[in-house]
Amino acid sequence: MTARVFIPRDSGSLAVGADEVAVALASAARKRNTPVEIVRTGSRGLYWLEPMLEVATPKGRIAYGPVAPRDVEALFDAGILGGGAHALRLGPPEEIPFLKRQTRLTFARCGIVDPLSVSDYRAHGGWRGLERAMRFEPAAIVEEVVQSGLRGRGGGGFPTGIKWRTVRDAESAQKYVVCNADEGDSGTFADRMIMEGDPFVLVEGMAIAGLATGATKGFIYIRSEYPHAVATMAAAIEAARREGWLGKRIADSSCDFDIELRIGAGAYVCGEETSMLESMEGKRGVVRAKPPLPAHHGLFGKPTVVNNVLSLASVPTILSEGAKFYRDFGMGRSRGTMPIQLAGNVKRGGLFETAFGVTLGELVDDIAGGTASGRPVRAVQVGGPLGAYFPRTLFDTPFDYEAFAARDGLIGHGGIVIFDDTVDMARQARFAMEFCAVESCGKCTPCRIGATRGVEVIDRIRRGVEREANLALVEDLCNTMKFGSLCALGGFTPYPVMSAIRHFPEDFGASPRLAAAE
Amino acid sequence: MKPWNKERAEEIIQAHRNAEGAALPILHGLQAEFGFISEEAVVMIADALNLTRAEMHGIVTFYHDFRRAPPGRHVLKLCRAEACQAMGGDALAARVRERLRLGWSETTDDRSVTLEPVYCLGLCACAPAAMLDGRPVGRLDRERLDALLDGVQP
Repeated sequence: MTARVFIPRDSGSLAVGADEVAVALASAARKRNTPVEIVRTGSRGLYWLEPMLEVATPKGRIAYGPVAPRDVEALFDAGILGGGAHALRLGPPEEIPFLKRQTRLTFARCGIVDPLSVSDYRAHGGWRGLERAMRFEPAAIVEEVVQSGLRGRGGGGFPTGIKWRTVRDAESAQKYVVCNADEGDSGTFADRMIMEGDPFVLVEGMAIAGLATGATKGFIYIRSEYPHAVATMAAAIEAARREGWLGKRIADSSCDFDIELRIGAGAYVCGEETSMLESMEGKRGVVRAKPPLPAHHGLFGKPTVVNNVLSLASVPTILSEGAKFYRDFGMGRSRGTMPIQLAGNVKRGGLFETAFGVTLGELVDDIAGGTASGRPVRAVQVGGPLGAYFPRTLFDTPFDYEAFAARDGLIGHGGIVIFDDTVDMARQARFAMEFCAVESCGKCTPCRIGATRGVEVIDRIRRGVEREANLALVEDLCNTMKFGSLCALGGFTPYPVMSAIRHFPEDFGASPRLAAAE
Repeated sequence: MKPWNKERAEEIIQAHRNAEGAALPILHGLQAEFGFISEEAVVMIADALNLTRAEMHGIVTFYHDFRRAPPGRHVLKLCRAEACQAMGGDALAARVRERLRLGWSETTDDRSVTLEPVYCLGLCACAPAAMLDGRPVGRLDRERLDALLDGVQP
């Protein structure tokens, strides 16, 4: 019998040598006249163990990692194809604590299936959500998503079902579903993992959105920094069309739905939904004032559902298992699971999908195991470049939209970047302003000019020029940006800046009196 | 990357001009072919899409991706965002710039390599990260970085 070995091919694994391992494995197998079928999968998201390969044995899969090409011969000698003992043997992947503690709904198949095999997708529970949705009236599909409590996973946290209902109720001959795959936040990679590891779940989620809202055309706007996601998604769309899951009369129903890819061009602000719509229309990615909402007046002026990859990829589970199943996970008004991404200076970095409610401390200390450098964790930034820096004293904050908001932070797209005690928080605050200045679309003054002035003022503070006066000035500027900007870029840049000043005043040379006053 | 060719550029423009919101697909097509967006191309796209040259200039210059001059034989994109900063990305960036004697978005005199900043490649659990000619590279340290640079500029 031909042995089957699974090796990831997502860009995270490729970045640490997965291709080289696959080549070494194939060549070692040839040399020994041992037939081996190498299946390239997505990543399980245990990146400190990548390249991690898995061998199919009669007792299930056995994982080995992190494997370097030079380890391959020794692994063969140890009988890897039968799951033999070796220093790199990790055992059944599902039993690795990092994976065992997770609740994988959105990422149920990622790292397990061949991302481009329609039949593999079906064999692992795929298409069941769409098939169940087809037996519903569109309004009932919308109701199911409303009842699930699903909220926008891109960071907005707006109830997905309510958005769908608005588009459903809008009168128009043409409506669109737009998937926001412009995952620009540093520390996030969940959208990339889905697109590279289980692209059909996104196709299925978008098709369900199409059925529910009456949209016949979908677009996925993928950032250009993700060429592997673009290639996998394009191939998946082709395969889905061939098998009748996209195109005219999908899955033998009376509904049409097709998907087209659009590629971004390096502008962070295009992750903001109205800027993205402008970009897709072939214009500068300048933010639109709201209202009108995209649900009424979106892409090319038509009613448009704009959802993040993770929101859409959560929908098939909600439809196949029912709203109640999904809603039963989570806490408060944050229902279901959140794919959290552990990144930066991290010992065990990767994708951790879990029900809302886990505390920041559990995530950082317990699950991620602290820093890669072995030094103490000093700060973590949650939610990307627009998210707040949290000190250890706030590690009891549960992962929940409202709990983070109550502590002047946000969960955003679920990225957590860990910093050790060598970090200079004044430098991080400066970077937040600098990033905003570079990426500002230029439409509103608080963001366009405020960010540039912010860099200058923080530079003065760092040089020790009139510290207290300039700290007061930064706070005033942040208030203007927060309340006067048109979108989250200018509006949220104050979160990293003010959290750095508030929680780490010693890095800004602030006197204890000022720190206490804040 | 092919040298600038007006006829080929026209073909690329025609292939995409009827797409809804054709500007970005055209620009990506031209940059994939020629490595940059020439001034002549800007005029041609503006004509094809019935936009003014000023409007087209505005679109091209809004997006960080579109180069206005040909790149070197290799393009090294180095991540400068927070997750890579947390793993010493700034020090690596300083080293690259020193070794290549380049500022951001500049090309070496021998045309071997162009150094570009990038804000996140989604490789944040394998930081610091870079992308060399479209190939992702993670867990960069001095040694791996030097090997990478030796490969592009012997």
